[in-house]
Amino acid sequence: MARSFVTPLSRARGKGSAHEGTHHFIAQRATALAAIVLTLFLAVILVMLAGRDYAAARTLIANPFVAAALTATAAVFCWHMKLGMQVIIEDYVHGRILRPALLFANAAFSAAIFLLVVVAIGKIAFS
Amino acid sequence: MSDHDPRQNRPLSPHLQIWKPNLTMAMSILHRITGAALYFAMVLAAWWLVALASGPDYFAFVDGIFRSWFGLIVLFGASYALFHHAMGGIRHLVWDTGRAFAIPAAEHMAIMSLILAVAFTVILWLAGFVAS
Repeated sequence: MARSFVTPLSRARGKGSAHEGTHHFIAQRATALAAIVLTLFLAVILVMLAGRDYAAARTLIANPFVAAALTATAAVFCWHMKLGMQVIIEDYVHGRILRPALLFANAAFSAAIFLLVVVAIGKIAFS
Repeated sequence: MSDHDPRQNRPLSPHLQIWKPNLTMAMSILHRITGAALYFAMVLAAWWLVALASGPDYFAFVDGIFRSWFGLIVLFGASYALFHHAMGGIRHLVWDTGRAFAIPAAEHMAIMSLILAVAFTVILWLAGFVAS
């Protein structure tokens, strides 16, 4: 029989891979690729915002193309940062309560940031 | 099963204090630190957009904080973190294709990504000052 690298303890527990690792890996790379393109877009928008007052800044963000691309940027950034912070938590936090609590807080925080950005851009674009 | 501790004789991978610090190690650590910093910097981006959506008075308050010397330092740091993490991300995407694992190639990419991150940050702020 081939040598198994599963420890007796984990064999007794009977839990194997959750089979989500590949999805996480691919999503992190896909959002990274999109984030590189959107970072260049964001840099252009930031420069365009630099000289604007309140009304002019709202006009720029209200532009449908800017509003759509900025929403896409928020979606990609928030998804990517959720995946990244998840890895950091999984690397460093091992408590049976603290670890799942932080993983949940991470997902909630990333979703909250995204929703705030979407509502703010929506309010600017639709008013 | 057996009476021995299954974890006792398993090999430990070398940890931080075993290695001599080097460039690619520092860049690996910085990639994670800049990523974590950007995670919290997203609060600033959301705050600014919420302020813009809330009205001129609240926007003036938030904009004043962002344009203070402390605000500008934080924003400058966040912009460098963004470009540093983006360039580091490109290095990782290159590695994902199976390329540039040799030490000279990896160090060359590390130096290039540092130069580009600094260049992008300087260009962004120069363009911002010219535009404003």
